[in-house]
Amino acid sequence: MNNNGRTPVIDVRDIYKTYQMGEHEVRALAGVSLTIYPGELVAIMGPSGSGKSTLMNVLGCLDQPTAGSYRLDGVDVEQMKEDELAAVRNRKIGFVFQSFNLLRRTSAIDNVEQPMIYAGVSAKDRRARATEALESVGLGTRLKHFSSELSGGQQQRVAIARSLVNNPAIILADEPTGNLDSKSGAEIMCLFQTLSREKGITVIFVTHDPRIADHCKRIIRIADGLITGDDLVAEQRDACAEHSAFTAAAALTAAAPGKMSAKK
Amino acid sequence: MAAVIESIRLAIRTLSANRSRSLLTMLGISIGVGAVISLLSIGAGVQAYIDDLFAGAGTNIITVQPGKLQRGGPPGASSSAQLTEGDYRAIVANTPNILAHGAFLQSIGNFIYEKKESQVIVYGVTPSYTVIRNWLPAQGRFVEEADNTSRLRVVVLGQTLAKDLFEDADPVGQVVKLNNIPMRVIGVMTSKGASFVGDQDAVAFVPLMTAQDRIFQAQAQAKSGERIVNAIAVQGASEAVRPSIESAMRTVLRERHRLAEGDEDDFTIVSQTELINTFGALTSVLQIFLGAIGAISLLVGGIGIMNIMLVSVTERTREIGLRKAIGAKRKTILSQFLIEAVTLSLLGGLIGILIGAGIAAVIPFFADFKPQVRGSAVGLAVGFSITVGLFFGLYPAWRASKLNPIEALRYE
Ligand SMILES: Nc1ncnc2c1ncn2[C@@H]1O[C@H](COP(=O)(O)OP(=O)(O)OP(=O)(O)O)[C@@H](O)[C@H]1O
Ligand SMILES: [Mg+2]
Repeated sequence: MNNNGRTPVIDVRDIYKTYQMGEHEVRALAGVSLTIYPGELVAIMGPSGSGKSTLMNVLGCLDQPTAGSYRLDGVDVEQMKEDELAAVRNRKIGFVFQSFNLLRRTSAIDNVEQPMIYAGVSAKDRRARATEALESVGLGTRLKHFSSELSGGQQQRVAIARSLVNNPAIILADEPTGNLDSKSGAEIMCLFQTLSREKGITVIFVTHDPRIADHCKRIIRIADGLITGDDLVAEQRDACAEHSAFTAAAALTAAAPGKMSAKK
Repeated sequence: MAAVIESIRLAIRTLSANRSRSLLTMLGISIGVGAVISLLSIGAGVQAYIDDLFAGAGTNIITVQPGKLQRGGPPGASSSAQLTEGDYRAIVANTPNILAHGAFLQSIGNFIYEKKESQVIVYGVTPSYTVIRNWLPAQGRFVEEADNTSRLRVVVLGQTLAKDLFEDADPVGQVVKLNNIPMRVIGVMTSKGASFVGDQDAVAFVPLMTAQDRIFQAQAQAKSGERIVNAIAVQGASEAVRPSIESAMRTVLRERHRLAEGDEDDFTIVSQTELINTFGALTSVLQIFLGAIGAISLLVGGIGIMNIMLVSVTERTREIGLRKAIGAKRKTILSQFLIEAVTLSLLGGLIGILIGAGIAAVIPFFADFKPQVRGSAVGLAVGFSITVGLFFGLYPAWRASKLNPIEALRYE
């Protein structure tokens, strides 16, 4: 693949994950090998129950494989203890969830500061870096808003800001656009494209939507715990352009209130 | 350290997000601590009051009263036994190491001055009374030996009686009627204030022999014809000689009262030391009782905290999952929830201290003594609050720290 002599940020070999369900075993991952290089934007697709989330949990060091090896950013993690894994998650991985998972009754900036608290960053630096991260996702004017005062797309952007603040090697997102409309989905994908292209951050996300997946260069397909396809997308869609188009369309609708009320 | 401060800030934020629930949870601890603080300060106030009372008397005073003190009951009046002037003389003659001695007769007297009338306790006393009760006149003089031997009709008034009869006028030199006998006022005592036996200043003093022979003759005559006294008091040279004084007194009295071996004493010897010890024992019983109340309410409050923290851990399962995902270690989660529990119990305790101090502050409006909120009691309350929070917060915090992040994040 696009291996120009660089070291992979994710190097997974023959990973198995088996769950014991009473009498029989469930094989969520049945020998997955995968290499991902810095700056890649990768979509993982597959039917429900195929093992996508299980793979994401292993990649995110939230779960440990039953067998196989995993090198993350040059470090072997499969033998690590719970607290060491917590430190790895804190420094090398940013998480974005389908349901955003922001802290309730907590301002956007306080949410974004959380990972830095666990990293031992001073209060002053936390403020500065969290502000910067929120500005980078276009929420510079929403610092003090609570999550309940933000739209779904804005909440997910707060979550992305939170995933960025400790300068992670990878961002893992399990169905990040699953709860969003197409416009907000395009906005999130625009952010991911920018991060991977301009900051060289590796972004791996799960999606069921082929139109969302088409925003990446690479799509990994999974079925029954095995990788069944690893494809390059011929023509990547530009999420930022799509998002601008949505905004323009919204402006048009707003300019024609007659149409709006007719739609209702 | 920074992490702890962060946890405290976080705890305060989460607790204030659920303000009414937090307050209700704290209530248990507040009531417990409030009860303990108010009761401890009442205990301290009573103790100070008692100490004050004894400080009002002379030191190393040993008193003999007629009759056997029933265990736990009031002294005297239990038998027809009497003490006489002969007993008094014999004690004085045969007891070593005494600095002062006196004998008293006690009765009720009716005083009249012009149109005013007042009934008070009248003591027939020897001059040593001033030493034994550590009490001096504010104006004029006290009863002297010559007044006694000449059976002079003189009287020294307590402050309350002086006010009742003379209001603001100077009583010294005036003549009042005591049970219709004219008596010249020679002095007025300083004020002793009120005690649990009543107004100590509603009294009057006359020479012992005047009382025995001229005012209360009927009461002061023993069957033998001897003059009666109601109490004999001596002042020992020191606390160390107290046992020898008491045994000398006992020997003299048993012999004079012709008590056979094995007969019970028909008199009671009371020393200040003994009284103070009795009160001390009472106070420590009180303290144990208060300790028990405090322990029970803190236990109940603690269980309340544990309950709420368990609910909180369940409600915040996703939050815990998220925190673990973004890098919180087990001990970070543990300490976060522990600090939350301690913050709850400590705030509850502080509110309790305020409640207790408030109760202590209003008690003087209803009672004679002033409760004392001591630093040690406050320290104790703070210490207990923290301990309760730590102890009852540990299990919920441990449960939180054990959560699997994947399952926690998936929790609905
Ligand atoms: N904790 C668990 N215990 C037992 N079985 C599990 C557990 N977690 C996942 N599985 C099983 O592993 C398989 C893969 O699950 P996984 O959640 O990875 O699927 P998925 O691809 O993410 O599906 P979806 O698209 O619905 O999210 C499923 O059969 C599932 O039932
Ligand atoms: Mg899934």
